[in-house]
This record gives sequence, C-alpha cells and structure tokens, in this order.
Amino acid sequence: MTRGLSPALRVAMIAVFVFLYAPMLLLVIYSFNESRLVTVWAGFSTRWYGELFRDRQMMSALWVSLRVASMAATTAVVLGTLAAIALTRLGPFRGRGAFGMLVTAPLLIPEVITGLSLLLLFVAMGQLIGWPAERGMLTVWIAHVTFATAFVTVVVAARLAQFDRALYEAALDLGATPFRAFAQVVLPVIAPALGAGWLLAFTLSLDDLVIASFTSGPGATTLPMVVFSSVRLGVSPKVNALATLLMAFVLLAALLSWWLMRRRASAGAAMVSPGNMSRR
Amino acid sequence: MKGGDATRPWGRWLVIGIPLVWLTLFFLLPFGIVLKISLSQGALAIPPFQPWFGMEDQWLNATLANFRFLLTDNLYAAAYLNSLKIAAVATFACLLMGFPLALGIARAAPRWQAVLLLLVIVPSWTSFLIRVYAWMGILGNTGVINTLLLWLGLIDQPVVMLRTDFAVYVGIVYAYLPFMVLPLYATLVRIEPALLEAAADLGAGPATVFLRIVLPLAAGGILAGCMLVFIPAIGEFVIPELLGGADTLMIGKVLWQEFFNNRAWPLASAVAVVLLGLLLAPLWLFHHQQARSMALHR
Repeated sequence: MTRGLSPALRVAMIAVFVFLYAPMLLLVIYSFNESRLVTVWAGFSTRWYGELFRDRQMMSALWVSLRVASMAATTAVVLGTLAAIALTRLGPFRGRGAFGMLVTAPLLIPEVITGLSLLLLFVAMGQLIGWPAERGMLTVWIAHVTFATAFVTVVVAARLAQFDRALYEAALDLGATPFRAFAQVVLPVIAPALGAGWLLAFTLSLDDLVIASFTSGPGATTLPMVVFSSVRLGVSPKVNALATLLMAFVLLAALLSWWLMRRRASAGAAMVSPGNMSRR
Repeated sequence: MKGGDATRPWGRWLVIGIPLVWLTLFFLLPFGIVLKISLSQGALAIPPFQPWFGMEDQWLNATLANFRFLLTDNLYAAAYLNSLKIAAVATFACLLMGFPLALGIARAAPRWQAVLLLLVIVPSWTSFLIRVYAWMGILGNTGVINTLLLWLGLIDQPVVMLRTDFAVYVGIVYAYLPFMVLPLYATLVRIEPALLEAAADLGAGPATVFLRIVLPLAAGGILAGCMLVFIPAIGEFVIPELLGGADTLMIGKVLWQEFFNNRAWPLASAVAVVLLGLLLAPLWLFHHQQARSMALHR
C-alpha cells in the first residue's frame, strides 16, 4: 500500500503542526499571566483582559474596524460574486483573460504598492473633483473592498464551477427570468461559498495594517494600526489578551463555516443529483 | 444561460461591467497615478509633489530624477537585492517544510484529509499581525526559547535572534506556509498510487520513485506554491519591521519609510514602480502556470 504514512512522514507532519500552533498557544497562555514580563509566570490572572476593555483607544479602533470590515465584506461579496459569474458562467467574451487577470491581480500585488497607489488616487481625486474631501472610513472601505473582492471571487468561482448548468437552464425553460433563476436556483447552492467569502473578506479587512495605514485619515484609526504602534516597542500583555479573543472568534467562525459548508454540501448534493441525471 | 442572455444583453453587461468599473477605477487607474507621481518632483507642500504643469510657465515638469536617485544611492539596489534574497531563501525553507506536510495529507485516509487541511488553513485566518507578533515573545532575549535554553543550562547568555534576518526568515515561513501547502496538496493528491506501485514493481527504490515520479508530477504545485510565497514576501513590510533589525533591508520597509517618515511621495512612487517591474516576471509565471493547470484539469 502506498497510502498509509511512514513514521518519518508522521513525525515531520507533527513537527510542522507544532510549529504552526505553538506560537498561538503561547500567546493564549501568556494572556492569562499576571506578570508584565513574558518570561515570568506570576500566576493566573484575567487582569489584562480588564485593562484591554478599559483601553479607550483600542476599543474605539475596534469599533471602527468592525464597521469598516462588515461594510467592506458585504460590498466585496456582491462585486466578487458578479466577477465570479462573469468568469465561470458567461462563456467566452472579449477580454475575458484580461478581466480574469485584473480581478485576481490584487491577490499578489504587495500591500505597500496597493496602499500607496490608492492613497495617491484619493489625493488626485480630491484635487480634481473634490471627492473624497478627506481620508477616513470611506477611503479605507474602498481600499478594502478592492483587495477583498479578489479573494471572494476565487472562493465563489470555485463553487460556481461545480454548479450544474442544466439546473439553471431548466429553470429558464420553465419560464423563469435569468434573475429569478439565479436568485432561486443558483443562489441557494452557492450560499455557503458566499458566507465563506464574506467571512474571509471580513477577517482580511479586520486584519489589514498596511493598506489601512496609507488610506486612513484622522479619526479613522483601525485596530491593527493601534496594535502595530503598541507592539512596535515590544511585547504587550494587553495585545496578548486581544490576540486570544481574536483567535477565539476566528476559531468559532471557522467551525461555523465548516459546519455550514458540510451541511449545505450534503443538501446541495441531493439537489444537484437530479440535474446530473437529466443531462443524459 | 444562452437564451436568457441573448434576450437581455444588459444583464450580461452589468455582471461584467460593475466589477470591471470598480477595479479599473480603484486598481488599474491608481497604478497610472503612481507612475505619474514617480515622474514628478518632490516639494515641500501638501501634497508633497509638484504638478506636472507648472502654474507659471505651463511647462511639463516631468522628470526622471527619482529613478536616477534610485540608481545613484546604493541603499535602494541593496534593498531590492536583499528582498529578493530573503524572499528566495524563505520560499525554499517553506517548500522544505511544506512538502512533507502536503505529502502526508495527500496520503492520509480521505476522511482525515479535510480535517488536516483545515488545520493548515485555520492559522492563516487569524490575524497576520498577531501571528508575526507572537514570534517577538518567542525569539526575544528574554523570550521563550532563550529562557528555556538558559534554564536547561545549554547557554550562558541569551542568543540574539529577534531583530535579525533569522527572525525575518522564521516570520515569513510561519506566515506563508499555508499558501505553500495548499497548491502542493492539490497536485500531490492527484498522483495515482498505481503509478508509484508500478515504479516500485519495476525495481525503483523509494528515492528514485520520489525523484523521477513524484517530483515531476508535482512540479506545477511546487511552482504555484513558491510563487504564492515568493511574490508577497518580496514586498513584505510587517515582518521585517517587527522581527528584523535596523539593518534588515527590505524594499517594502524602504518604501514605507520614504513615504511616512520622509514624506518623499515621488520617490516612494518610483520605488513602487521598480518593485512592480521586478514582480512582473514571477507574476506572469504564476498566471501562466495557473492557466495551464486549469486547462489540464478541465
């Protein structure tokens, strides 16, 4: 049997997983450390969580980040789904290759370039047409939508590529308008991918430091900007507490989306299978 | 979709047009502006550059001075080269760590594969900034590793790891490992076990099977994984800023400093233009490889 893992491979896998998870586990442990020093264990304490919640600057930055992230994720899901449909379902159109490159390019362009170029655009637009008058949440939102759309497109396109076209055509044959066929036949099947894409876009926006630093303005300091300026000087127990809470949130979201995907995947499979048969 | 779209071409245009307009306005056009500003002169003004068309003389103020400056000051060439070197070494380290993991997942029982893949992906969902920050507490002079080694009596004084290039390598490998593992897994899982058995039956040893069957078949995934690590690592800012030393030269950091610390917008734009030029070859390679693998598995 070629399946079945050799002991060496098993050891290597475990070592890499330890490498992946140990740093995060250490952050969780030290967030409950009474001492300010990383090296000294001074007993269990939730002191830093209290200080975190009393930190006005961090809490208001968190509020800014949550608002920007939810708006950016929602817009990115709309744009990304449209782009995914254009790429997978519309058949060939002129410039399809270039369109595909344009949509996915933000995935790989370094953030410093994306951030700088968007800032220069906002400044130029401000000079030329007076909008946006100043940088703030609006400009961060535009910037985050632009790079998150690429990620949503990839996630939704993967799901759409598996979707059986015959189902959609059957709905059209039965008299549905393209919009209605999309809303009632395609949308329910790709809904888990939209949910996963939204969560991905949300976490990307919540996490972004570089692009936000370029495009944000006074009064729109996001959470990563505050975290960055505080950890630049060294390890901070408050940030450990914040990291633990963020990781708990991500873990919950990951479990939720995994569960959604699994549940919907089996339901989706049941719905799609008659379509496969009608194709014959 | 043919029938519906023939009667309603506007629906088709909206689907393509809305994302197209957004990305043209907020992704493509900004590059043009970066190029334009990189050809402008700096100025002590808000914004800190001179317009192309001067107010008094209506004369074109475009200049190549910023690019000339990039050539004359060795700092920039060193930063570009060092970024390429750090990204290349880190990519190779990622490959060395990611390959056994991807191979192990691809050969695990099918019901375990999804769980193991999720375990690889979940860290990349948590904050990038936080994951890089975590290493500050591990690698520091009073960090976890040094404390442990001192306690064990293996060293007398802390080994300096934080604020060195070593820490930057660790950070890049740690942050980008999932991007290496996923494409590797995708190609490795497609390799027919029968192929490997046939090779073994014909007398090939495990090393020969690996070198002559597994590696060539996984080449596409290796290339894709390496590009997914290499390209973003070149322009990385957070990792060299938090984990690297003052002498860790990386171009993303230089761009940031020119922009935020020196307020040299035109120079920062020129740095960005050259960086983008450097990335064109690997970006093209990646795109080409993606198109080929999509055509192959359709």
